[in-house]
Amino acid sequence: MELTMIYYLIPSLIMFCCGVYGFITRRNMIAILISLELMLNAVDINFVVFNRFLFPGEMEGMFFTLFAIGLAAAETALAIAIIINVFRVSENIDVRDVNKMKH
Amino acid sequence: MFSNILIYFVIIPLLMLGGFALCRTDKAVRTVAVVGSMALLALSVWLLVDYIALRQGGETAEMLYTGSWVWFAPLNIHLAVGVDGVSIAMLLLSSIIIFAGSFASWKIDNMRHFFMWLLLLSTGVFGFFISIDMFTMFMFYEVALIPMYLLIGQWGTGRKEYSAMKLTLMLMGGSAFLMLSLIGIYFHSAPEGGQLTWNLLEIAQNDSISRGWQYFLFPMCFVGFGVLGAMFPFHTWSPDGHACAPTAVSMLHAGVLMKLGGYGCFRVAMYLMPTAANDLAWIFLILTGISVVYGAFSACVQTDLKYINAYSSVSHCGMVLFAILMLNTTALTGAIMQMLSHGLMTALFFALIGMIYGRTHTRDIRLMGGLMKIMPFLGVGYVIAGMASLGLPGLSGFVAEMTIFVGSFQHPDMFHRVFTIVACSSIVITAVYILRVVGKLLFGPVQDEHHLSLTDATWWERLSTVTLIVSVAAIGCFPNFFEWLIRFTFSPEIFRAIGLN
Amino acid sequence: MQPVIPIIILALPLTMFLVLGLLGHKMSHRLAGILGTAGMGTTMVLAYIVSFTYFFSGNPSFVDAETHTRLQAVIFNHDWLAFTPSLVIRLGFLLDPISALLLVVITTISFMVHLYSNGYMRDHHGVWETGFQRFYAFLSLFSFSMLGLVVATNIFQMYIFWELVGASSYLLIGFYYTKPSAVSASKKAFIVTRFADLGFLIGILILSFYTGTFNFTDLTSVEVTDGVYQISEGTASSIKNIFATSAAPVFMGGSVLTWALVLIFMGGMGKSAMMPLHIWLPDAMEGPTPVSALIHAATMVVAGVYLVARLFPLYLMEEMSLQIIVVVGALTAFYAAMVACTQIDIKRVLAFSTISQIAFMMVSLGVARPEFHHGLGYMASMFHLFTHAMFKALLFLCAGALIHAIGSNDYTAMHGLRKHMPITHITFLIGCLAIAGIIPFAGFFSKDEILTATMGHSTFWYIWMSAVAGLTAFYMFRLYYLIFWWKEHKVPAGHHAPHDQPWTMTLPLVILAVVSCLAGFVPMGNLVTWNGHEMFESVNFFTNFAALDWGVAGISLAVAIIAIVIATVMYKKENPLPEKMKNLLPNLWRWCHHRFYWDELYMFITHKIIFGCISKPIAWFDHYIVDGTMNGLALLTQKVSYAIRGLQSGNIQMYVWYYLIGALLLGAITAICLI
Repeated sequence: MELTMIYYLIPSLIMFCCGVYGFITRRNMIAILISLELMLNAVDINFVVFNRFLFPGEMEGMFFTLFAIGLAAAETALAIAIIINVFRVSENIDVRDVNKMKH
Repeated sequence: MFSNILIYFVIIPLLMLGGFALCRTDKAVRTVAVVGSMALLALSVWLLVDYIALRQGGETAEMLYTGSWVWFAPLNIHLAVGVDGVSIAMLLLSSIIIFAGSFASWKIDNMRHFFMWLLLLSTGVFGFFISIDMFTMFMFYEVALIPMYLLIGQWGTGRKEYSAMKLTLMLMGGSAFLMLSLIGIYFHSAPEGGQLTWNLLEIAQNDSISRGWQYFLFPMCFVGFGVLGAMFPFHTWSPDGHACAPTAVSMLHAGVLMKLGGYGCFRVAMYLMPTAANDLAWIFLILTGISVVYGAFSACVQTDLKYINAYSSVSHCGMVLFAILMLNTTALTGAIMQMLSHGLMTALFFALIGMIYGRTHTRDIRLMGGLMKIMPFLGVGYVIAGMASLGLPGLSGFVAEMTIFVGSFQHPDMFHRVFTIVACSSIVITAVYILRVVGKLLFGPVQDEHHLSLTDATWWERLSTVTLIVSVAAIGCFPNFFEWLIRFTFSPEIFRAIGLN
Repeated sequence: MQPVIPIIILALPLTMFLVLGLLGHKMSHRLAGILGTAGMGTTMVLAYIVSFTYFFSGNPSFVDAETHTRLQAVIFNHDWLAFTPSLVIRLGFLLDPISALLLVVITTISFMVHLYSNGYMRDHHGVWETGFQRFYAFLSLFSFSMLGLVVATNIFQMYIFWELVGASSYLLIGFYYTKPSAVSASKKAFIVTRFADLGFLIGILILSFYTGTFNFTDLTSVEVTDGVYQISEGTASSIKNIFATSAAPVFMGGSVLTWALVLIFMGGMGKSAMMPLHIWLPDAMEGPTPVSALIHAATMVVAGVYLVARLFPLYLMEEMSLQIIVVVGALTAFYAAMVACTQIDIKRVLAFSTISQIAFMMVSLGVARPEFHHGLGYMASMFHLFTHAMFKALLFLCAGALIHAIGSNDYTAMHGLRKHMPITHITFLIGCLAIAGIIPFAGFFSKDEILTATMGHSTFWYIWMSAVAGLTAFYMFRLYYLIFWWKEHKVPAGHHAPHDQPWTMTLPLVILAVVSCLAGFVPMGNLVTWNGHEMFESVNFFTNFAALDWGVAGISLAVAIIAIVIATVMYKKENPLPEKMKNLLPNLWRWCHHRFYWDELYMFITHKIIFGCISKPIAWFDHYIVDGTMNGLALLTQKVSYAIRGLQSGNIQMYVWYYLIGALLLGAITAICLI
């Protein structure tokens, strides 16, 4: 069995949908963050796969993935910092309660 | 660029703005304001003298002192300047009123910021009058409108937030129409394949806006400027805005800013789209005719001094647009005379009302009376302003109105002549409300015991008042000079809308 | 003639106005009074020189020696405002018989009033009235405006000064500005005349639109053709043609020329207080009495007559406009005379008498026709204007002396003053005799000419006007007897007995009384005629006597004497007869006493209709409809904003939902499009 592109893309799609589902339904901000990471990684997989199969001689997709991983790490750090601060203020990390900025 | 005299009309106010930023005391602010406004006044007088010399020397170009500097090449936006007699008259008017306004706001709170916004507004006004590039013209127009919001909202009285909001929103609404029509004109400014331009003179030269587009763009442009010219039914920002604005802002607004509307109407709408101007004038003639009578009747039953004056402005500014739409040389000359006249006398009115309000702390005429005995100088000033407003010969109102009436009545068409007679009737109604106010406010017994201890005008108030009275009398006594200055612009060869009529 | 003197005549009062108005509060009262009086005196002398030169110098620019015709001479004419190349307002100085006559009248009366006011405007202890300098400033302004009006070379110059006299009249009526009645009287005077001026203005617009000129010389020149004096062929035919052909429409039964002339006459009606625009004049008596004498008796109120006289050749072209003038004038004359019989305030009696007499002049102009005695009515009208100015000013100044002595306007506070104030008594009597038309006083001659002219036109109006003349004699002598006879004067305890006033006040009375005795002998027929042609071959002191039509004169004299006798019977001694008369016709008396409720009618129109039914609804409309629409728009925007604000919940997961649905929809649409 040859591993065609589709074998990579379907898990990636499942991962992405899980991420979306989790992002929409979870109330815990940490869980939302995890869902977000899931979506990002699904995208990263896509990048790598497309690069590997469609443009084998080139490296842009790989590099882009590395950038995305780096950015995701930074973003996660920032998000967790925010979440911790939110927790300090409201003793809670339920996303529905974080609406003070609206006013 | 700096060799062109006109550019200094923008540079001086900007320098003054910088000066205010450095000022630390009220005294320094006053010094900068007085020196700066005197410089502006001197500059406009010098411009006037030089312009006359050039014209006497046989200069026949449509605009003098023209200059054009590229600003944003891809869209052909230039900073293009140039003036003719009308613009010079307007520049002179503006600098006189800014001069008088500086003295009228001698004791205002938070003076530095007040003057900074006021001068930003003036920059817009001057820039508008010297521009002949539609884009820069529009930009200066907006620069003149926005500070009004802050000036009224911050330094106003009464329902100031409401009024400031209403004024700004309505004028912005007008601007939206205006922007649309200016862009429309830009895209039809040259024949197919030609170089598009924002320059008024070039557009007029090209004359490439088709009849259909004129029909579409002219009403938008006229309404856009008409909002600022207080055309019925878009006048409703004016009474509230004037009533709540501080003295100098009322003066500048009614005196100069409302003239931007009339000036724009003829300089852009009628000048560039003569066909539509001729065909569609009747619609606006009806609206402005209503303005004239409607404003005057409304003023009859108001009890607030500023409201009376604001409605009277609706009537008088309606007369300006009315005359512009009559499309003949005499009526258009009269319209500009009326702008000058109304600008000066209404500034005088608002200055005096501000001074009276500063003393009595009320503007309700039912609560005041017999002020002539208590403050004779202000009383006499008010009577003179009133007489100018109701058209006493020897003061500016008479010459302006008569030029309009005689000019309008020369129209061969019965419809226009009947409307002229309707507009004429406003001189009676004006007399009614002016004399009603004068009688209640100044004459009769003193209404309020506390008013007996009030003082008459201080020297700076006197200076402000006298400047305006002298200007009003100058126009009233030597109208031929102003007529000559203005008339050139409206010769049928230059102003094609008249030629088509 | 060099333009220097005419320029000074105009410039001097204007300078006085500026000097007294701007510097008056810095100078003493006495100096202001002297300055004003001296200025006016100089103006008077100069005006006399100009008029005398015009009438008697025989200068070929003033009189055509061959045909004995006086000409119109434009002394100077300066462009002031050019509307179009042909429609130009010029400020100039036109000398012709009527302007020369009016120069004399105005400066004489004005000087007398200036002199008189030095005494009148201070109380018995010699304390000056507050605003004395201002009073003189306004008097000078008025004199300037009035002089400018009469010498106008074009109709627009006339309109300019017409407005200026209106404004100075406003300022002078409201001189006692702390008194509410004076304030409302001044306001009323200005607004009513302003309304009339609207007609004047529209008339000017129509006339100038069709003729293309403002100039009087172009509009009204008169010349000789075939030994007959008539409107010069050029003027007449061109104006007639213009109005007949150039698509000049007929509007509501009148030609355009008729309408223009009637509208211009409307301006005259306002200033000259013709019914129904007369209501301001009686109220104008709130002003100081010298002002009433100058403005509201002798000069400004005859401006309307002067206007019609000025445009008389034009009026001649339209029979209908002259008929209107006759009807308006005759009704006014009768109405005012009726009302004058029942007034209590002496100044009001004189005011209504003025209205009635001006109406005489109007009628006289209206009946003037070139066919009849070379336009006798025109001459009579100007003659009456001249004599009336003299004796009515005299009567007013006498009334001023009485008011000053008594401190009240009512004759009920006077009675029996003849012994206390002999000079005032005699001069007042002379004034009454003059106005009643007793030979040989001034009024006799001028009124006789008017009646003769009316007779030549229509017997009906002749009888009508004779009756009015009788009423005039009656109410004037009623007034005379009630002031000076009726019963002994009771001096209130603690008061001095009234006495004659200082010389500054009595001198003008005496001078004017002398003039009133002699003015009738001025051979006006040789000086002022509609076409400038001299009526008499030669003149001497008794020319007017010789020219009398004794039929008419005898009847009018008889009517006047009968009226005086009735007045004597009724009012010389205190008796119940007047009360009985009043009870006999109570309704008539009440209507007359309330001036036929004209004021109430106007009150109703202005307050109820104009303010109540027009202004208030417009203000309401503005506030609730126009403003309401804008506020409604703002409100709508706000409501919509609030409605869609819920979408911006701040709940991030909702946003993701929106995004997701949006993205899927977009994807679906793209897919559908691609397929």
